[in-house]
This record gives sequence, C-alpha cells and structure tokens, in this order.
Amino acid sequence: MRFMLPAAALAAAAIASVPASAGLSGNLKIFLDTSNPAPRATMEAMIARFGAQHPDLDIETTIIDREAYKTQIRNFLTADPPDVATWYAANRMRPYVSAGLFEDLSDLWEEPEIAENLASTKGAMTIDGKQWGVPYTYYQWGVYYREDIFNELGLEEPATWEEEKANCAKIVASGRACYTIGTKYLWTAGGWFDYLNLRTNGYDFHMALTQGEVEWTDDRVRAVFAKWRELIDMGAFIANHQTYSWQEALPFIVNGEATAYLMGNFSVAPMREAGLTDDKLDFYQFVEITPGIAKAEDAPTDTFHIPANARNKDAARAFLRYVVSAENQTIINNGENLGQLPVNAQAAIDDDEFLRQGFEMLSRNSPGGVAQFFDRDAPAELAKVAMEGFQEFMVFPDHLDDILERLESARQDIY
Amino acid sequence: MADAVSFPPRAGAPKERWLHRNRRAIAPWMFLAPGVLFFLVYVIFPIFQSFEISLYKWDGLGEARYIGLRNYEKLFSDRAFETSLWNNLKWLVLYLLAVPAGLFIAIFLNQTVTGIRLYKSLFFFPFVISQVVVGLVFTWFYDPTFGLLNTIIGWFGAGPLNVLGDPAFVTYGIIAAGLWPQTAYCMILYLTGLNAVDPEQVEAGRLDGARGWRMLWHVILPQLRPATFIAFVVTIIGALRSFDLISIMTDGGPFGSSRVLSFYMFEKALSEYGFRMGYGAAIAVVLFLIMLGFIAYFLWSMYRDERGA
Repeated sequence: MRFMLPAAALAAAAIASVPASAGLSGNLKIFLDTSNPAPRATMEAMIARFGAQHPDLDIETTIIDREAYKTQIRNFLTADPPDVATWYAANRMRPYVSAGLFEDLSDLWEEPEIAENLASTKGAMTIDGKQWGVPYTYYQWGVYYREDIFNELGLEEPATWEEEKANCAKIVASGRACYTIGTKYLWTAGGWFDYLNLRTNGYDFHMALTQGEVEWTDDRVRAVFAKWRELIDMGAFIANHQTYSWQEALPFIVNGEATAYLMGNFSVAPMREAGLTDDKLDFYQFVEITPGIAKAEDAPTDTFHIPANARNKDAARAFLRYVVSAENQTIINNGENLGQLPVNAQAAIDDDEFLRQGFEMLSRNSPGGVAQFFDRDAPAELAKVAMEGFQEFMVFPDHLDDILERLESARQDIY
Repeated sequence: MADAVSFPPRAGAPKERWLHRNRRAIAPWMFLAPGVLFFLVYVIFPIFQSFEISLYKWDGLGEARYIGLRNYEKLFSDRAFETSLWNNLKWLVLYLLAVPAGLFIAIFLNQTVTGIRLYKSLFFFPFVISQVVVGLVFTWFYDPTFGLLNTIIGWFGAGPLNVLGDPAFVTYGIIAAGLWPQTAYCMILYLTGLNAVDPEQVEAGRLDGARGWRMLWHVILPQLRPATFIAFVVTIIGALRSFDLISIMTDGGPFGSSRVLSFYMFEKALSEYGFRMGYGAAIAVVLFLIMLGFIAYFLWSMYRDERGA
C-alpha cells in the first residue's frame, strides 16, 4: 500500500503551467484512510496536482485500509507521525487533541481565504476554542426512497410526522416494509436516533445529550423512543435487521421489499450500480416532528490534520490550504470523484440530483445547525454502549427502561 | 623470548577450557536461548505488564492514572462482562463435543476401502480452510431471508429462525460453526492414534469375547489416551481463544449477547470505540487466570504421566 509519487508529480508538472510558489522543499509524508477505489484515485490525483505546484517537495503518500486506520492512528501519531493525516471531525478527534497529538491550526483559520469560505464547518473543527484540522468533504444524510413505488401507491414526499406515518401505513398495507436498515454494526441505528432526537428536541438538546449533560432517563429522551416505537410497532422496519450490515440491507430497497433508506449520500453509488436510476430513486429531508423546532441535519465531515510532531509543518500547512481551496474542492467532490459536498463556499456543486438536493437542504433548510453523527458527537465509549442499546430497542422495544438505565450508568462513568 | 611468545594463547586457555569442560551443560541453553528470550519478551513480560496496566485508568495516549483495583470492582457489576463469562462457559462445555464427534468419525473412517484417503481428506477439509471462511459460510447458511437453514426447516413447517439475530440462539449458532473444523481436528488426532493401536491386543480381546462398546471402552480407548489428552487440550484452548468466528459472524451482537472474554477485551481496549486500556487489561487478566487453571492442570498431568512412565 506504500508508494512514492515523484513520477506522477513530474508528469503533472510537465502539463501544468502553474509557477512553483513559496519554494517549499524537503519531504511531505501524507497518511490517508481513503482506501476505497474511487476516493483513493481522487486523493492520488489531488496530491499529484499539489506536487506539480511544488516540484522541489518530495511527497510520500501512504494509503491505509479505512477500518485498520482507526486503530493504527494511535500508534503512528505517537511513534512516527506523518506530516498530514486524515481523520474525522468533532468529538472523534478529541482523544488526540487532549493528548496533544494534533497541531493547533487556529492560525490557518484566521486567514481570510479559509475564515470566510469554510465558516460552515468551523464549529465541527473546534475544540476548546481552537481549530485542530481542516475539512475536505462532507455529505448529507436523509431519506432515500423509491420514487416509482411512491408513485404506484400514490404517495407524496412527506413533510410532517403524521404524513410520514400515513405513508408508511399504506406501504406496510401493500406488503412492504417502509425502511430498510442493517444494524449489525450498530451505527445505522445511531442515524435514526440522531434524526428522531434532532426533530423532537432540537439541536441544542441533542448536543447536550451527546456531551453528557442530560440524563438518559430524562422524559425528553423517552419521548424520542416513543416516536421510534410508533414506527417499530407499525412494522415499518425490515425484519432481522440486526443480522445485516448496511450494505447487506441494500437489496431490500433495490428489490422493492422496502421503500426507503435513512442513510448518508454514499449509499447512492451502490444503489445506482444496482440499477436504481434517477427516476426510481429520490431523496427527501427527514420530516418535522415537533412543530417549530429548527431543523438540524447530520452531515459527517472528513478531515485533514497535522500531527503535533510532524517534521515539515510549513509544507503540511500549504497542502491543507490547497485541499480546501475552491478550485480543488470543486474537483475532488464532483460526481466522478468523491461525489460529495465541497466544504468551500466558493466551490461549485456538481450537477447531480442528490448532491444538489443535499446542498440545498444543508445551506437553506438546516437552520438548527449541523451535527456530525452520533458516534462522532458522543465520546466513542458512550457511542458504543448507546448504539448497542438502540439496536436492542429496535428488536425488543419493551426493554426500554433497562436500556435507558444502562445508558445512564454508562454516562455517569464516562463523563 | 620463547616464554613471551607462548604467553598470549595461554592467557585464553583457562577460559577456553571452562567452555570446553562445560559444553555439555551449556549447549542446550545456547540452543534454547533465542526461544527463551522471545518467550520472555512476547509472553511472560506482557503478562506482568497486563497486570500492571489493569491497575490504571488509561486511554492508551494520555496520562495513566493509578486507580488500584477499581477496574476489577467494575467488572463485577458489568453485565456485559457477565454475559461474556457465561458465553465462555458455554463455549468450553459445548466445544468439547468435538472430541467424541472426532473419535466417532475417526473410527468410522478407520477402514480399508477403495478411496478411503479421499474420504479422509474430505472430512479433514474444514480444518484446512480459514476460520473467516467458515464464519462466512455459516453466516450465509443461517441467513434469515436467503439462508439454507430456513429453507430446510421450512420443509418441516418450522421457522423462520434468525439464529444469529436472536440472543437466545446466537452463541450456540457460532459454537456449531466452530465445531465443524474442530471436529475435523480431533478426527485427525484420533486417526493417527488408531494407527498405533496394537492389533494383537485387539485380537486377544476378541478371543476373550469382547466386541462393540466393550471392545471400544476397554481395549481401544485406553490405547488412545495420548490422543484424547491432546484433543482435550487443543479443544479447551481453542474454546477460550474463540474470537475470529464471533468477529466475522456477529461482531459480538446482537447487542453484545455473543461476546466472549477475548472479544470483549478487544472491544474495550483496541477496537474503534475502545479507549479503556486498563479495563481491557483487567478482562485479559481474568481470562489469563481461567486459562492458567487449565494449563496448570495439563502440565501437572503431563508431569505425572512422565514420572509414571
């Protein structure tokens, strides 16, 4: 998985007429977790373009399997850190920030280029009033549904909880499940909890809960589970979801046994590959539950950081500036590359049905705020216990009291 | 002058002679040294290190805080730990079924018909393939929607059964998957053992009118004692080490009901959501103590047999 890029960099340099700026030199070691084929190619091309601008810089890129990266990062940050490393925003970076392993990048965020154009993600990169990295992409969550089945049953995109349930009742009556989901690896259930809580109690409450400031046995938390239970009791979710991963849950929506999927935008690519064309698949924002509460969305952000012990911090900062630049953001997030949303407000959004809707939703229709995701907002340990509880609740809704008490005692232990 | 010339070799002589004199005593230690060194560094030292870490609260990165036996106290009120302990017990007891099952197949295959080597290899096959593959195959077999198991029990009007999604069945489902390769392993141990069975004793037994179960129990099995011993050892250790199948088939789920101690330790200390090195080390220590009980018993009985022999 290890390779050097000078050849690619030279080739790109021959084509590009960009003058070498600032005279960066030395080595730049970059660790990436973008191991899936498309993101990997995107990143390699991006680094080649950056290398072309700085011909004296010797860039060494290491791509590590995405799952393995999550455990390896602890070792390489302490032992032999690279100059740039990928990671995730919000609480997910807290262990490394509090251990002093990430460089404080507040200075980058004061530069007008970044301060003005990246404002929307600043909150997610901030811990203790300082910024610890830069985002390079993010994506919306929402309900992806089978437009053709909706048409067949005469259903409209719902906007309120009552409409959502009315739709679902008709779908169940037609012999289908409303939602597919695979909770084997737990986090998918976290998505449902996020949305139900954000819509029932709002963004501020959700953040207070994931930060451990509210008791899990609180009545407002119970209200969330009560809403969830309404769906479970209707038979809205596919059976046996606890045995499937999110990918294994895809055939249910592709075959029309379920009509919708609450998921991140990354699920569009496999659904398209499976044959769901744009006239069969559509997207709507998760419905309103408590009227009057400002809608907030989940939009997980993937990030770049500079380890505190990096050797070539100047080059690393230059690289991060390049990553978030409008030009680069437009390229790496287009449909042929990551197929996600650019973090720079000046960048252009690719002309894709789902990206356009997602961008629209996040920029105009998410006044409440943008959450990262349950397992990135809450500390890892609590996230694990809680998501396990969500899964159990979806299978045995009657265990709720027990689950909430367990979560509450975990909260008292962890925070 | 002559003295001065012959002096240097003499200076080395006593040392050389000491080595030479003791070479019989030293040679085995020299050969053992690399093994002993690695065993100390990678096995013995980490055991003590685990004990030490289990007394701290440590996230693996920052400052470790000494908290005495608090991690162990927490273990006792941790229901996930209790579940894991019970599951370990289920594994220990049920995994041992591989021993009689292996014996049965070995006796069945211990005959001379055309192509018996092929049949033997086919029975041995599950032990050759990776645990990960075994896990995947059984996951598909158990799949509640598309799996073969539900098709089969459907013929008898039963089901559908979601083995891996039901906390009541999940551990048994995984153990069944584990028994498949483990039975093959025990079978091969017994097949080798059966080769060494003395035909004269069997003949003598037959003359005395022993047949069937009596023959097996009184004549064959005593001669298979070494094979039985090894089969027990590898099966018990295998049961305590069970990890790959759980990780592949359920990832410890649903809601943690198929975890065993080794998996729970991994989750707490090393997995994506784990940052509790001290707590994980405490679980490791408990697992070590359980294993130590068995290992001590095995060593003791081996020692006893060797003295008896």
